[in-house]
Amino acid sequence: MDSELTRMTAAGIAALVAAGEVSAVEVAAAHLDRIEAVDERVHAFLHVAADSALRAARAIDDRRAAGQPLGPLAGVPLALKDVFTTTDMPTTCGSRILEGWRPPYDATVTGRLRRAGIVILGKANMDEFAMGSSTENSAFGPSRNPWDLSRVPGGSSGGSSAAVAAFEAPLAIGTDTGGSIRQPGAVTGIVGVKPTYGGSSRYGVVAFASSLDTPGPLARTVLDAALLHEAMSGHDPCDSTSVDAPVPPVVAAARQADVSGLRIGVVTELNGEGYQPGVITRFTEAVELLESMGAKVTEVSCPHFGYALPAYYLIAPSECSSNLARFDAMRYGLRVGDDGTRSAEEVMSLTRAAGFGAEVKRRIILGTYALSSGYYDAYYGKAQQVRTLITRDFEKAFEQVDVLVSPATPTTAFPIGERADDPMAMYLADLCTIPSNLAGNAAISVPCGLAPEDGLPVGLQVMAPVLADDRMYRVAAAVEAALGQRRGHPLLDEANGLGEARPGQEGRR
Amino acid sequence: MTETITAVPYDEAIARYEPLIGLETHVELGTITKMFCGCPAAFGAEPNAAVCPVCLGLPGSLPVTNRSAIEYTIRIGLALNCSIASWCRFARKNYFYPDMPKDYQISQYDEPLCTDGWLDIVVDGIDFRVGIERVHMEEDTGKSLHVGGATGRIHGADYSLVDYNRSGIPLVEVVTKPVPGTGTLAPVVARAYVTELREVLRALGVSDVRMEEGSLRCDVNTSLAPRGASQWGTRTETKNVNSLRSVERAVRSEIERQAAVLDAGGRVIQETRHFHEESGLTTSGRSKEEAQDYRYFPEPDLVPVAPAAEWVEQLRATLPELPSARRARLQAEWGLSDLDMTALGNAGALDLVADTVTAGATPADARKWWLGELSRHANESGTELAALAVTPAQVARIAAIVASGALNDTLARQVLEGVLAGQGSPDEIVAARGLAVVSDDATLLAAIDAAIAAHQDVAAKIRNGKAAAAGALVGAVMKATRGQADAARVRELILERLGQAYPLRDP
Ligand SMILES: [Zn+2]
Repeated sequence: MDSELTRMTAAGIAALVAAGEVSAVEVAAAHLDRIEAVDERVHAFLHVAADSALRAARAIDDRRAAGQPLGPLAGVPLALKDVFTTTDMPTTCGSRILEGWRPPYDATVTGRLRRAGIVILGKANMDEFAMGSSTENSAFGPSRNPWDLSRVPGGSSGGSSAAVAAFEAPLAIGTDTGGSIRQPGAVTGIVGVKPTYGGSSRYGVVAFASSLDTPGPLARTVLDAALLHEAMSGHDPCDSTSVDAPVPPVVAAARQADVSGLRIGVVTELNGEGYQPGVITRFTEAVELLESMGAKVTEVSCPHFGYALPAYYLIAPSECSSNLARFDAMRYGLRVGDDGTRSAEEVMSLTRAAGFGAEVKRRIILGTYALSSGYYDAYYGKAQQVRTLITRDFEKAFEQVDVLVSPATPTTAFPIGERADDPMAMYLADLCTIPSNLAGNAAISVPCGLAPEDGLPVGLQVMAPVLADDRMYRVAAAVEAALGQRRGHPLLDEANGLGEARPGQEGRR
Repeated sequence: MTETITAVPYDEAIARYEPLIGLETHVELGTITKMFCGCPAAFGAEPNAAVCPVCLGLPGSLPVTNRSAIEYTIRIGLALNCSIASWCRFARKNYFYPDMPKDYQISQYDEPLCTDGWLDIVVDGIDFRVGIERVHMEEDTGKSLHVGGATGRIHGADYSLVDYNRSGIPLVEVVTKPVPGTGTLAPVVARAYVTELREVLRALGVSDVRMEEGSLRCDVNTSLAPRGASQWGTRTETKNVNSLRSVERAVRSEIERQAAVLDAGGRVIQETRHFHEESGLTTSGRSKEEAQDYRYFPEPDLVPVAPAAEWVEQLRATLPELPSARRARLQAEWGLSDLDMTALGNAGALDLVADTVTAGATPADARKWWLGELSRHANESGTELAALAVTPAQVARIAAIVASGALNDTLARQVLEGVLAGQGSPDEIVAARGLAVVSDDATLLAAIDAAIAAHQDVAAKIRNGKAAAAGALVGAVMKATRGQADAARVRELILERLGQAYPLRDP
């Protein structure tokens, strides 16, 4: 039973718990056992909170025993990206500079998870301060892709994606600043969602780029992602950029799973040169599948998407150069060189030099430069203009179609170390995902098969207008259902990085 | 830094150079909570007791703008005749400092909430219109305390402590346009501007405007140009100017110093200077050439501020009467000359007199008490009038008792002494000391007869028509009655007694 519990969907687990057929404690214990068994190899977690997880699970069981109502995800375990503050666990953001920091407050999302009865198993690994696409920038070592342990699980929410894909948790939460949920979701064969910017609260999310950061769910099914999306979202008075509007009906949309009559636009600019052939193959098949299900597919040009990557790499570093200034050794975290002979400024400088990794330093320097007097207009200012043009591209496109689609990533998961010394190659991993961060609209990555040449998962990205998150769930759920039916088993059954592919599934692509 | 320049005497400096001044005033708003969190904004809590994740800048925390602070700022802008932006943003000012928790300050940069207004002031009968460049919002920093070492400054200290209670308290910065044409009055104009601004802020009730406590802080910009020059000179910014008197002294001292630099053929460096209360001099801080690049950019954690036009109009309609309008009204109501009004203002007695009038005194009585007896007390004890232990209502009561004839001025002064000494209300003191004018003629006549008997020579002079000599007898009677007689009535009775009944009363 235990190994089956970890293979179940979140919705399935919640139903069993609610029916009293399995206790939340059993569910939590099964997942903690699984973590114990595989995480040494996967390294999805930076911190496992076994005691507090079991305590939370017991509270759910007590509530059920007392006849109190349980939420739709009560008793379901979850891996929380280590960028959300938690009072009962450290919050490091994958950085030495915050090693051991225990926040005195819970993030809004953390609080909502707790109130929903979701059991937080621990904190998931990530690229340092969410800067990266592979988790190789984590100060505590990379996470590994359950499809092939020599490959990256994507990033920055790579610990979250690895945990879900390795059955260490049915659900995870990540943050998506330039693709940091969708890209890891795509390369590990799971669902990753970037809600509309402001749809989920940033309060208690250690900021990378404030105008882009968006918390969102990762799960093995579209419905599970939708359930978590609803549980974590909604207006938060503590985040003034949070949207004061009802959460789009994503769960209903995921159940609807119907695309008949829906107008789907294939983005001309997110295709072709530089894309792995197998990625294009699976993407094209998915589009044909949608058409066969009654969607009206057209090609739509978004002429400014080609400038999204450079604009992003000015805006995000600019904001991060300011957001990360507070790590100055004065109030919390690492302190280096405070031996009574040095000034506060020297201690700040020594601490930052020792505490930040190379990529973080690179982006702080980039951003500091882009905001400098005399360069602001040419860099930050220009990038903001590009951002406006990209937003207009989306607005025009959504006048013609209901959703846009593209591959979620240009390639499948790359080998650990391959791009570590080539930042430009690394940045290209987010080519398809960045436009939606700049425009603030919603986007999802849903698995659409394995690339023939390497047998690794490919993600289909569906982009929806601001606050129309439900639309993309309809499309993703329809694709998931159709492909699942065709395949006859869950895609993840074929993952063999841990030598656990289900018998008889090899080569069935 | 040692500077070897010898200052040029002020009059000589002004004879050769034309000063240009400008002022940047920081005002701590008196909102209940801080600018971006729910912590109390009041003074006096234990160090680091009024803090939360937001004003400590903890990782993950986010600011949310205090609507009251926006309202206060708009009211200030309206009172200073500014345009109110229909849409504006906060910006981040980036620099590292231990008492600034986020290592950036949330401020406003190129999109201030209020722009392009003015404040009128009068100095020596001359009207000056001080242009207001902008009024913008920002958050205050924490406060560093350097422990050990001789100076209390960071250099030489054993260690430093930081109190973040002040971190995030709402600040408004009021920036003037350069004020030309002040000539020799430049220092006084600077002081008068800050004084008037303080009055406006006080009338609006948006701040307690206490310079000593730092709730109103001033930076003074000064530059000099040779008379007749077509270009303004390089300006310096003097910080740490913590009283009205210091504003005046700082401008004066900078004019004298810059004149010396220019006289010697040097060039004034654009820099920040620090004012020293003890010496009245400024010393060099960091120069703008080596100044920080603050890398301002729009604050992405906050949505833009977009006050609805109806809200702004509603705030405009409910502004209180502003100090200049109030002064004009009171001057007309009280029938005072410009000079009288200036005297009241200089003595800091305007509000006291107004309150005394409101409490029932005539304007003349109120002025007489505050500018006379009470000013003398304040001078003697070296305090402000407002700090005296007597309320306008008590002063009005004393005036009322005098007007009723129950006390004369001499007795009233004794009552006032009692009030100032904390012995109770005027009525309590009158009762306790048994003070009352003796108006019983029989009692007075007995005393008068005794006085005449004792001063036969004086009485004879009066009988012979020298009414002026009556003063000596009046004095004797007053003494005999311990001052409790009505002196005018005594004089009347003396003259009557000695056959000089006419005139009965002074015309
Ligand atoms: Zn606070």
